[in-house]
Amino acid sequence: MSTSSVSKGCFVFKPTAKKKRSLTLEDYFTDGCEDAENSDVRFQLCQHLWDRIKTDTEILQDELNRNVLDSLLDLTRKCSSTRQHGDWASKMRASEIPTAALVLGVNVPDHDMTFQSLSELLQQSVTPYVASVQAKECGTLKHLMKRVLERLTGAVVVVDDEEEEEEAEQLHKSAHCSLGTLCDWYDAKTKKSSTGTPGKKRTSPAKDEQQQPPVVIIFKDLEAFNPRVLQNFILICSLYVQRLPLMFIFGIATSPSTVQHMLPHSVSSLLCIQLFQSLSCTQHLATVIDKLILTHNFPFKLSGRVMQVLISIFLYHDFSVRNFIKGIQLALLEHFHSQPLSVLCCKKKEARLNLMQLSHANVERVRKLPSFKRYVEKQEQQEQVNLLQDDGHLKEVCQKLMKDLHKYHKNYYPVLRCLHTLTSTLPRYPLGKQIRELHLICLEKNVWENEDYQSAMKLLKMLAKDELIALLQRCAENLQTVKSKKMNAAFVQLEELLAKFKQLDTAAAAVETVPTVVESITSPVKNLQKKTDLFQLQKTLLEMNESLRSKKRSPFEVLRNEALEFIDGLVRSHLSPPESQTLNEVCYFSSSATVRRHLNATPRTSIQSALSSPYYYIQNDNLKTEDGSVSNAAPDICIAYKLHLECGRLINLYDWLEAYATVVSAAEGKDQESDEFGKVDEVKHARFIRAVSELEFLGFIKSTKQKTDHVARLTWGGC
Amino acid sequence: MTSVLQHPGYDEEKLRRVTEQTPCREAQTGLLLSLMGQPQQYSYPSIFVYGHRASGKSHVMQVLLKELELPHATISCVECVSNALLFEKMLLSLFGCEAASLLPRTPSLSDFVRVYRHQCVDSPATQTRYIVMEKAELLRDADVNLLPALLRLQELVDDNLTVILLSEITWDKFRPNTGCYEPLVLHFPDYSKGDLQQILSRDSHPSYSADFYSSYINILLGVFYSVCRDLRELHHLAALNFSKFCEPLAEGKVKESDTHKLWRNIEPHLKKAMQTVYLREVSSLQWEQMQQMEEKEAGALKGLSAHTHVELPYYSKFLLIAAYLASYNPARTDKRFFLKHHGKIKKTNFLKKNEKTSNHLLGPKPFPLDRLLAVFYSVVDSRVAPSASIFSQISSLVTLQLLTQVSHDDQLDAPKYKCAVSLDFISAISRTVNFDIVKYLYDFLDPDTAASQEEWVNRGYVSRVRDHPSR
Repeated sequence: MSTSSVSKGCFVFKPTAKKKRSLTLEDYFTDGCEDAENSDVRFQLCQHLWDRIKTDTEILQDELNRNVLDSLLDLTRKCSSTRQHGDWASKMRASEIPTAALVLGVNVPDHDMTFQSLSELLQQSVTPYVASVQAKECGTLKHLMKRVLERLTGAVVVVDDEEEEEEAEQLHKSAHCSLGTLCDWYDAKTKKSSTGTPGKKRTSPAKDEQQQPPVVIIFKDLEAFNPRVLQNFILICSLYVQRLPLMFIFGIATSPSTVQHMLPHSVSSLLCIQLFQSLSCTQHLATVIDKLILTHNFPFKLSGRVMQVLISIFLYHDFSVRNFIKGIQLALLEHFHSQPLSVLCCKKKEARLNLMQLSHANVERVRKLPSFKRYVEKQEQQEQVNLLQDDGHLKEVCQKLMKDLHKYHKNYYPVLRCLHTLTSTLPRYPLGKQIRELHLICLEKNVWENEDYQSAMKLLKMLAKDELIALLQRCAENLQTVKSKKMNAAFVQLEELLAKFKQLDTAAAAVETVPTVVESITSPVKNLQKKTDLFQLQKTLLEMNESLRSKKRSPFEVLRNEALEFIDGLVRSHLSPPESQTLNEVCYFSSSATVRRHLNATPRTSIQSALSSPYYYIQNDNLKTEDGSVSNAAPDICIAYKLHLECGRLINLYDWLEAYATVVSAAEGKDQESDEFGKVDEVKHARFIRAVSELEFLGFIKSTKQKTDHVARLTWGGC
Repeated sequence: MTSVLQHPGYDEEKLRRVTEQTPCREAQTGLLLSLMGQPQQYSYPSIFVYGHRASGKSHVMQVLLKELELPHATISCVECVSNALLFEKMLLSLFGCEAASLLPRTPSLSDFVRVYRHQCVDSPATQTRYIVMEKAELLRDADVNLLPALLRLQELVDDNLTVILLSEITWDKFRPNTGCYEPLVLHFPDYSKGDLQQILSRDSHPSYSADFYSSYINILLGVFYSVCRDLRELHHLAALNFSKFCEPLAEGKVKESDTHKLWRNIEPHLKKAMQTVYLREVSSLQWEQMQQMEEKEAGALKGLSAHTHVELPYYSKFLLIAAYLASYNPARTDKRFFLKHHGKIKKTNFLKKNEKTSNHLLGPKPFPLDRLLAVFYSVVDSRVAPSASIFSQISSLVTLQLLTQVSHDDQLDAPKYKCAVSLDFISAISRTVNFDIVKYLYDFLDPDTAASQEEWVNRGYVSRVRDHPSR
């Protein structure tokens, strides 16, 4: 195809019809993947795990929202049924539009899923006529009207047979969207379905019960709507409410009082607002963590650092559970993508199979794992040699180690829950209010070496009987559900302890040991009266204290200590951090920096670091410098940037240019003594101007009217 | 009680029905009728009717036109988002579907006039046709030529046609700059207390006597007349509270005639309604549920404005605090609040003449993004990386309407914002992050703080002010 032509002209290039091979997800995964040979297996595993996480979270969300959604459904049903009652009261105030104000919290990204399931539920059980609108697509009243009509009529077209399609076309032909047309359409619809043949009906069960299903309009983000548009829309709707059983659902992110801020009394008096509060996002997160992370069912684990990053993004930045799950997804992908040994990160049986098929290269990788090295060092000489040389032997050992890792997880979570039940009610929450905090502590290092743990234990030793028994009972419930030998044993032991506590009750205070104790206390006091030496006094008091402590212990106290020692034992044997486990690298994703870089991007910092240390980006050895200064061979913009850091708020352009010229001349290797050195020639001038305008574009400086020949710095600090 | 309307050219029976349906509006109905003249006579080209909400404008027009069976089109201007819709509706109700379909896709005024004239040839007017425009104040926002054209539509289409404009505001606010044909102006005054009593008593409950209901309305008006004269609202309130009024009757404690006891029973209840359901703090449905509940439980039900608490992410809270400080403190004073070694600068040194009034009374001032971030970084206690999510939080605060963007959306360079939350709200937020905001507010600065704070609390501008540490 030639574009040479005598005259000027435009040339149209049609894209050549070369068939592009569309890349599948797997291709993307394999591309640039560490150790490509088993990448397909890893991809399958990763995909499988992600599917499970996705479905699990969806189910979870549905369960959590069940209450709110159910009461919303009830409201819609009720409002359609009261309409048909002809009693005096409802006739008197039929002009109000029933409205549900659904307060969802500020985590707007999560709302989509809620509204999705809400409209699905509504369509299934109450009414086929549901339209949801978003603020960004409804800038004006006309658009809002159009969207509502499209969603209501269009949605039905998809579900129904061809007859309606023609109708819909007619509707669009008339081009004017008004509620009048909607009313006509609705009348036709309801009349037809009440007289039509039942065989062709859509599968909504409520259809037969009520002749007039309500028309529900969902405003997903009320705050973002233009108040005028909304007001007018409500005014129009109120004109038609007699003909059309309308109902609104407002999705509110902040607080219900926004309704009052947005709508004047004359408009809000047309609505009958009912308030619904959904679960708070922190509770939602807690359940998600509980179901996804604090369980041995998912072989993939996050290390403490990664967890910390994800949780702090949630708490500090967005409150969005969806983003949290996306973060887990990222970690999952990254783990399977970058760690070849992640083939072992799956169910026990699969893991055994994959282990047997491990290639030599991967076996070498196992040997290089720090946790495995530590394991090897602990073995005897002969065993060490075997492990390092015999692949078959290593695989067998690994099998055992993998089994141990599974067992560790199986025991870790129940014990964690036990410890949390015990400590979560203590004053000042020494080990955190939420179980995730405790989990983070345990992931980091040995929890029993933690000061807070010791203070918590001290506090526990002061618990009253009823409280302690209640807590222990809840612990027992936690242990009971687990299928593991050790946990079963622990459960039995705990039950025994509880039984003993109960025996105490029945045995009551029948045994009168008190007199002897009192006697033993009083006797040194008698002795005391004889001596007046200060040292002696101190000694006897200490003794007294000691004897009081040891002798006055009631059977309950003895038992309490026993119980707490038992718990302490459980914690010490099962809550060691995962780093101590051999082969933990297979399951644990620990690169928190990757996650942070991807999820919490810092554009400004990266620009600054690119400018101040260009070596990392350009990878040119010439640019390497020692003390954080910029080499004079660096790109012009870096030099200009470095120089501008040394200036105050206003920068004299000429001074800047001279400084720049000096640096660049040095780079050109000119003699310092010569006249040419530091002279500004045209090329340097142009290069400087370009660098300055680039800096302006990046937002570091701007032109100012305060002084001629000066620019203003927009960043502070520096230098 | 009132004389039946009389006018030549109309059926007496119909007129009697009109009179019946428009109580307390006899004078206006009569005036309108005489303006309209006999059906076949030409009427004045345009009539402008104004009066407060719920003073019977639309109702009277509807009853007149419907009962007397006159050809008419009633159009609500809110609904007509475009001229096309407006014209189509007019043609539709005057001439039927075919006429409406003759209009082009985006019709101009002359298209409408052409189609109208064309239709007139086929069906010339035997009686006056009426076009009623409800909420006519919105016509002012429509095309400039629309209102003047409507006012002399009779002349333009050369037909026996009258346009009636209904509005809540006076004609003076309508008059276009270029001048126009002056319509006849007709005022609907508010209903008096007696009128309201008479009208409300008309829809009595079928299972109770009319007198009983009328006494109920009397009590209701006694409570509400001082705050609300809107017929629609009163009607609504009457419907909501009637069941409570009847309660002692149903229990058999009181007879229908014992008004005093009934009054004592209902009065506190109505007072409560005035604070809640009338302000739409509590919806009518909730109000009904409350009535069924016991008195004690009812207290638990909170109104809309009681829920003001908003959960925000940690940094969003600080961004909002920073925005509040930037909005209510003069930029000059930032040094005083956020620099470590600012020296002792007293408020009086800063004080300029015009700043003697408090910034809180003047409302929030706009501030640039740079300043917001500068304040944010000095307010937040830990080192925060300037990540993308910090910036996205600012824009989500804007969509949540906690901040408002003052500059235009298109302006990417140095956007300006205002903080849109109240002092109460921000002090609640800052309490959750242990930040003493009052210490950082210029208005509450030392010298005469104590006095001015007291004064404000008294004036009701500030309801809760946190303890000032230096006091």
